[in-house]
Amino acid sequence: MQSLPAIPNIFKLKPGTGAPRKSQDNLMIFLFLLPAIVLFLLFVVYPILQSIYYSLFNWNGFGPAVDFVGLDNFRNILKDRVFLIALRNGFLIIALSLSVQLPLSLILAVLVGRDLPGRVFFRTVFFLPYVLSEVIAALMWLFILNPDPDRGFINAIIIFLGGRAQPWLGSTTLVLPAIFAALTWKYFGYHMLLFMAGLQNIPAEIEEAGRVDGVNTLQNFFYITLPLLSSTIRTSAYISVLGSLQQFILVWIMSKGGPVNASEMMATYMYRFGFVRFQLGYGSAVAIYMFLLCLTFSVIYMHLTRKPDHLSGL
Amino acid sequence: MQRKLFRVLALIVMVATVLAGCGPKATEEVSSGPVTVTWWHISTAEEHKGAWQKLADEYMAAHPNVTIEITVLENEAFKTKLTTVMQSGNPPDIFQSWGGGVMNEYAQAGLLKDITADLDADGGAWRNTFAPGALGVYAYKGQNYGVPWDMGMIGFWYNKDLFAQAGITTPPTTWNELLEDVKALKAAGITPIALGEGDKWPGMHMWAYLVTRLGGKANFEGALLRTGSFTDQPFVQAGYKLQELMALEPFQDGFLGATYGDEATAVGNSKAAMELMGQWAPAVQKDNSEDKQGLGDKLGWFPFPMVEGGKGDPNDAVGGGNGFAIGKNASPEAIDFVKYLTTPEAQQALVKINVAIPVVKGGEVGMTDPLMITLQQSLARAQYFQLYYDQALPPAMGSVINDSVQGIFAGTLTPEQAAKAIEDSAAQELK
Repeated sequence: MQSLPAIPNIFKLKPGTGAPRKSQDNLMIFLFLLPAIVLFLLFVVYPILQSIYYSLFNWNGFGPAVDFVGLDNFRNILKDRVFLIALRNGFLIIALSLSVQLPLSLILAVLVGRDLPGRVFFRTVFFLPYVLSEVIAALMWLFILNPDPDRGFINAIIIFLGGRAQPWLGSTTLVLPAIFAALTWKYFGYHMLLFMAGLQNIPAEIEEAGRVDGVNTLQNFFYITLPLLSSTIRTSAYISVLGSLQQFILVWIMSKGGPVNASEMMATYMYRFGFVRFQLGYGSAVAIYMFLLCLTFSVIYMHLTRKPDHLSGL
Repeated sequence: MQRKLFRVLALIVMVATVLAGCGPKATEEVSSGPVTVTWWHISTAEEHKGAWQKLADEYMAAHPNVTIEITVLENEAFKTKLTTVMQSGNPPDIFQSWGGGVMNEYAQAGLLKDITADLDADGGAWRNTFAPGALGVYAYKGQNYGVPWDMGMIGFWYNKDLFAQAGITTPPTTWNELLEDVKALKAAGITPIALGEGDKWPGMHMWAYLVTRLGGKANFEGALLRTGSFTDQPFVQAGYKLQELMALEPFQDGFLGATYGDEATAVGNSKAAMELMGQWAPAVQKDNSEDKQGLGDKLGWFPFPMVEGGKGDPNDAVGGGNGFAIGKNASPEAIDFVKYLTTPEAQQALVKINVAIPVVKGGEVGMTDPLMITLQQSLARAQYFQLYYDQALPPAMGSVINDSVQGIFAGTLTPEQAAKAIEDSAAQELK
């Protein structure tokens, strides 16, 4: 990596100035931060507080909330079978992402990161799905998965190979794998890019030293590349887990969480109550659960993975 | 010097941030000046969209100070987007509405404009042009918040050629006959019924019709007014009747995940023999078919068959129509434009392209399509007209009904469990 020219610290340009200057500096820092703080409070903190407030009401979203129900919404959510399905589906997607999507991205990153002929071409092609908007990707997969073999690409292939057409999104058992395939297709390129960046940070000397010591390709990958990539893997897994917990657009467009809740996610569940059933108080309570879940995960994950980074020594 | 510059810069940024938050509020527009009318409709089919556009263009030509901004949305997208703007308290001036429970909810929240006075002006000149039953769907507690432009009923649209191929000579009139015909179609290798159950409401209508045929008017009204219950016999029985039909596997593959668009495509391309749908079905089939022609003369229509042993009158109809609700911020020009949209001439323009059953007197002139005439006559025979369940009832209940009936179709809910879920929701929503 190229190193940037050193930036002079603007607040230390005149050394030796007294304490009054210091407080002025703080004021200045505060003033510069103010716009960001205002925006953060207005668009992040305020809506969260508002959700907490509304989650205590039975409220249809029109006019002021007046029907105070305390923690009823929170209790009812935990009693709802459909929410538990959504929770289970969320964890299932996480497990699949970590065990299928990330290893796949890593393998591809190693492949296209090396001196493979045409690697720029492959790199571009693999990254392409990530550039597409989620809505377009979802609609595309709707066409591909159309159960009618005359219209759906995948069923056409299955028929061609002599198999039986599958209902895909119309089946309570196939819908989740089908959506996971679309998710993987959409996001593996992004993780691949992360891994490629990580791979580039590994100094060639280390691998060279390994080779001199007689390490074969597989050993090289497992004992040198993988450990040195651990911080990238950690980041990638973190993004993947949070993304899975909050997955909405692809699922909503492809299946609306159906058939009969078979592909329900927490976000689609929240949306259904907030915007289809007009129960915004209940929907807000779902949002709070999601928030708490993501927050808890983040805190625990950050704590558990606070290992020193081999390369930067942090 | 440098430090001073920073301070000035910082102050400017800060002041700009504060000012951006409290810009001057837009002032009320004076109606003599230029007026913009926002209009959301869901008529995505080419001909229909064009007909609306033409009416708007004509009106703008006659009223140069009025600009009509049209937003065309697909049905599901419309519902989503409307809910969002409604919750922000900013409805469009004119928008698609089916009347009933959802509209009532908006009216109750003060998001709609009361146009009773406009309808009654000049001795009720505008009001008297409408069929009263259709207009009544857009009234809440005696006040009008919208007007209809179409009112029809749901029935079976079928492909005459495919029926003939299966050796069926006359359309079924009873449930058992329908089941026999489904078997005949299956035996001939034809998909009997197309269903977009991923969207939920198409299948819900089948269940609702069964309830109507089994229980009649008294049954539904009892449940609605809470003297009865949604777990009463006809509501449960309807689920069992559905299961009878489902046992024959009458639907296309993957119907549980299919959309209404898929359903219309299947029928329009002669891939399935029939669908249970409202008066707009031929237009959508046409638009979704590969040759953009639809079935043409091959298309037939028959009312939902009577159910053996049911208490409902076989002439009773489940249906509804389309209309326009008026948002709370609508200008007088917007209301005047809606008047223009519901003139007999405007109605005839829709009738000509077969996208509406007219609700304005004189609108039926030029109605030539034999199917539409049959449908309109069927509608006229109905003693009891049941508005679509998902529109007649509060939105939360409508959604629970849709979800529960999908559960029956998927086999994850028993008829009893579905009825119980609906009753639980009713207990909360119908106080």
